[in-house]
Formats: sequence, C-alpha cells, structure tokens
Amino acid sequence: MQNIISRKTICLFFLMVTAFSFAKEEKHEGEGDIKTEIKEYINHHLLDTHDFSLTSYTTDAGEHKYIGFPLPVILWDNGLKVFSSSKFHHGESVAEVNGDYYALYHNKVYKTDAAGTIDLDDHHHPTNVKPIDFSITKNVFTIFLVGLFMFVMFSRMAKKYKTGSMPKGMGRFLEPIILYIRDDIAVPNIGVKKYKRYMPYLLTVFFFIWIINLLGLTPLGVNVTNNIAVTLALALITYFLTTFTANKNYWGHIFWMPGVPTPMKIILAPIELLGTIIKPFSLMIRLYANITAGHIVLMSIIGLMFIFKNWIGSSLSFGLAFALSLLELLVAALQAYIFTMLSALYFGSAVEEHHDDH
Amino acid sequence: MTIPNIVGAGLIVIGAGLGIGKIGGSAMDAIARQPEASGKIQTAMLIAAALIEGIGFAALFAA
Amino acid sequence: MEKLINEFSIGLFFWQLVLFIGLVLLLRKFAWKPILDAVEKREDGIKDALDSAEKAKLEMTNLQADNEKLLKEARAEREAMLKEARDIKNNTIETAKGEAQEQANKIIEQAQAAIESEKKAAMEELKNHVASLSLEIAEKVVRTELSNKGKQLELVETMLAEKTSK
Repeated sequence: MQNIISRKTICLFFLMVTAFSFAKEEKHEGEGDIKTEIKEYINHHLLDTHDFSLTSYTTDAGEHKYIGFPLPVILWDNGLKVFSSSKFHHGESVAEVNGDYYALYHNKVYKTDAAGTIDLDDHHHPTNVKPIDFSITKNVFTIFLVGLFMFVMFSRMAKKYKTGSMPKGMGRFLEPIILYIRDDIAVPNIGVKKYKRYMPYLLTVFFFIWIINLLGLTPLGVNVTNNIAVTLALALITYFLTTFTANKNYWGHIFWMPGVPTPMKIILAPIELLGTIIKPFSLMIRLYANITAGHIVLMSIIGLMFIFKNWIGSSLSFGLAFALSLLELLVAALQAYIFTMLSALYFGSAVEEHHDDH
Repeated sequence: MTIPNIVGAGLIVIGAGLGIGKIGGSAMDAIARQPEASGKIQTAMLIAAALIEGIGFAALFAA
Repeated sequence: MEKLINEFSIGLFFWQLVLFIGLVLLLRKFAWKPILDAVEKREDGIKDALDSAEKAKLEMTNLQADNEKLLKEARAEREAMLKEARDIKNNTIETAKGEAQEQANKIIEQAQAAIESEKKAAMEELKNHVASLSLEIAEKVVRTELSNKGKQLELVETMLAEKTSK
C-alpha cells in the first residue's frame, strides 16, 4: 500500500513539474520576443549540456538561477583536464584550468583566452580550438543512470528466478516482453540455432532505447536518443556484430551474388557492400530523426500555448500536446522495437545458412 | 534553409507519406482478409514502413 | 547533414559506446543469462510434463486396448472351449446312443432267436407230447369205445355218415 502511494506521488510530482517548468520558463519573457524565446528553448532542450539542470528562472534582479547540479568536465587538450562544470556558470563565464581558458559556446567547449573571446567565421561557426570533450555531460550521466537502473532491475529480476521458476514483481511485467523479443523478434529472424548469441544485445538495446526514450518524455529534460552520437554508437555495435559474426554465405552474397550473370556480379558487389553500410546508417538516422522530430513537434505545440494567450488556442494546443504525448509514448516503444527488429534481421542475414532456392 | 531545400523536403514527405500509407492500407486489407495472420502482417508492415522511413529521413537530411 | 556532423559529439559517442557495451556485458552475465536459462528450464519442465502426460495417456490407451484384446481373446477361447465341449458331449451321446441301440438290437435279436428256438423246441415238445397224449387218449378212447359193441357200431355208423355226407 505504502508503495503504491509513493509511486502515485512520484507520478503526480512529475506531472506537476512538467507544467511548472514550462510555465516558469516562459513567464519572465512575457514582454520580449516570445517566438524566438521558444525556439531557443527548444533548441536548448534538444542539446546536450554540461550540467544537470531541471529548470531555470530569472530573478527580479535579472540574474539567472538554475535548479540542478554541475557535472564533471573532462577535456583532452595536451593532457587530461578535469574540472567541475560549475566553473562555466552555465556558459556565463570562462573556466580557467592550469592556465588554460575554456568557454561554452552553444553548449560546446572551446579553448579561449581569459576574456572568453569566441571568433566566428562567415557561417557563424567558431574558429577557436575545440579540445576533445569527454565530459560527463547530462546525456552521459543519464545513460549511466539508465544503465545502473537496468542493471539493478534486471539482476534483481534474475535473482528472483533462483528461488522459484515463476516471475515475481517487476518480472511479471518484464518477462512477457523478454519472451516476446525472444519468440517474435530473435527466433523468427535469426533462426532457432543461432539466436542465443544475440539475445543479450537485442534485449539490452530494446530496453535501453525504450527506457531512455520514455525518460526523454519526462520533464527531466534529458534527450539521449536525439543525439546522433548515441544512435551512431548503437548502430555501429549492430554493424560490427553483423560483420564479425557473418558467415561465408553472407559474404558470398555480397561479393559474388550467386545465380546472376558474371557482369551483374561485378556491378552488384559494390551496391551490396554499400548496402551493408546503409543498413546501420538508416538505423541510426531513423531513431535519431523520430525522437528529434517528436520532441520538436511536441515542444512547438506546447510553445503555441504561450503564443496564443487566449483560452481557445491554448486549450486546443493543450489537447493536441496531450494527444501527441500519447503518440510519443507509442513511438518510444515502437522505435525501440524497430531498432531491435531490424538488428535481428541483419544478424539473421549474417548467419543465414546456405540454401539453394535462389 | 533555402527554397529548393524546403520544396525538396516537402516532396520527400509526400513521397514517404504515400509509401507508408500504401503499406498501411495494404496491411489493413491483408489483416481483413486473414485476421489470424495479423501478427505476421504487422511485423512485415512495420519493417517495410521503417525501411521507407529510413530512406525518407536520409533524404530529408540531405535536403 | 552538416547540422548532424556539427552536432556530433565525440565524447558522447565514446561514453555511449563504453557504457552500453559495459551494460550489455554486465547484463548478459547477471541478468539475461539467468533469466533466459530459468525461463527455458521452466518451459522445458512444462514441455516434459506435457510430454510425459501425453505418454502416460498413450500408455493408458494401449493398456486398455491390450486389456480389451485379452478379454476378447479369453471370451473367444471360452466360446471355443464351450463349443468343443458341446461337440464332444453331443458326439459322445450320439455314439453312446448308437452303441446302445446296436447292443439293444443285438440283445433283442438274440432274445428273439432264443425265443424262437425255445418256441420251436417247446412246440416240438408240445407236438410230441400232444401226439403221445392224443395217442394215449385215442388208445384209451378206442379201448373204452371198442369195449362196447354197440358203441363200436354206432361209431362206425357216425363216421360213415360223416364220410358220406361229405
């Protein structure tokens, strides 16, 4: 009972914070150009940051206040440099580490001088030196948290199986999903003989994408899967797993397609080879674009509420935002499903045994 | 974003929309004809739609 | 495309790769393997139980069929035995009857023959006896008759009359 109440409280809290944070964000800019403000807010929301801030507001004195906590910045610039992101003061000041100066410009770290000058070229791109940034940013932190959460949840679920063969607690909800991935994604696409090898990856990638997509819908303001770096990493793992576990039959189909005339084989080989790269590329783009587009549309509609400023428009956009949020919930699971499904499909093609029907 | 880019993006969206719409429609037809195979049809539909979507997005980013 | 490349963050890529691969390896060891093994074990258990139930059912049917067959055989055997016994009985009775008849016929025949011969002997004896008796009687009658003249004559007379009337 206690448990249920606390869960409800947490849900309610999140719901309140969503409305709250948006309201807070927009209130102080009432007189300014609200459209630009919203656009900037959306862009800011989509970007990775070096600190973990839930929301920010401006005091009457014009000072920006942030609710959140700083994260470590790790740079590789002629040696490892580690310092707290609080030194940047949310991009408002220059951080000085051992005589080197760094500044944030559009949430990216640039090497600069003590005054924090950022030189821009004609395309408004900074020309300053960009140190290699291995910082624990908000997204890295979230990835780590999600990983920890998954590890705790699933290892606890695994422990429950030791005492009895029936799932308990969370397992009752998760086991059907695990079985679905095994029976409807892995086995039909990869084959009964070899699916076991890929199960850990498929299960992890499904739950990881799903949880992190759902987290992106919460008002925490974390958007991990709309970073091309994240989806590229995931797609690359799929690509390498496919490439390194592929059998002779797979390579045979790529370089020397059986059953077609020799000139065609020569033409097909580069196309097929390109295809192997396009496959993970489309995986990467799909996840990235779906989540990004979803966030932009959803936030634009929420932003509309503050532009209309009358009860019809606002309530209309509220209803629309609500419907879209539901759709995004579906998309969160659907994208995880599709990523897993297509990965399984590619693995399946890599380990497919030779058959003579074509 | 220049005008040709925007027009191109529009064309891509129209094309991808038509394609996915056709897949969805055909899948509905197939499910209506064979409700017992709806699971398999759904999977195939999603894969086909995902492939089109992937190409669509790739083109959208190129535009 | 340019935007994508601009947005690309090598640090995030690195961390995602490291953390995710670490997560996969950790989960494989501590979660997926035990979970999948447990589920598989359970499924195998269920399958085994179902299989053995099916087997037991099959055995049961087999047993029943066997019983049925045995019963049928026993019944048929009993039937055959009964029939045989009946046949034997009938045969025995038949033979016995025939033999008895024969015996009886024989005895009757013998008896008849004996009777016949006895009768013949008796007849013979009777004949002889009657002849001697009649001779005696005739002698006596003749003696008495012929002791009296008148009577002799009367006799002659009667006899003659008889003869002539004939």
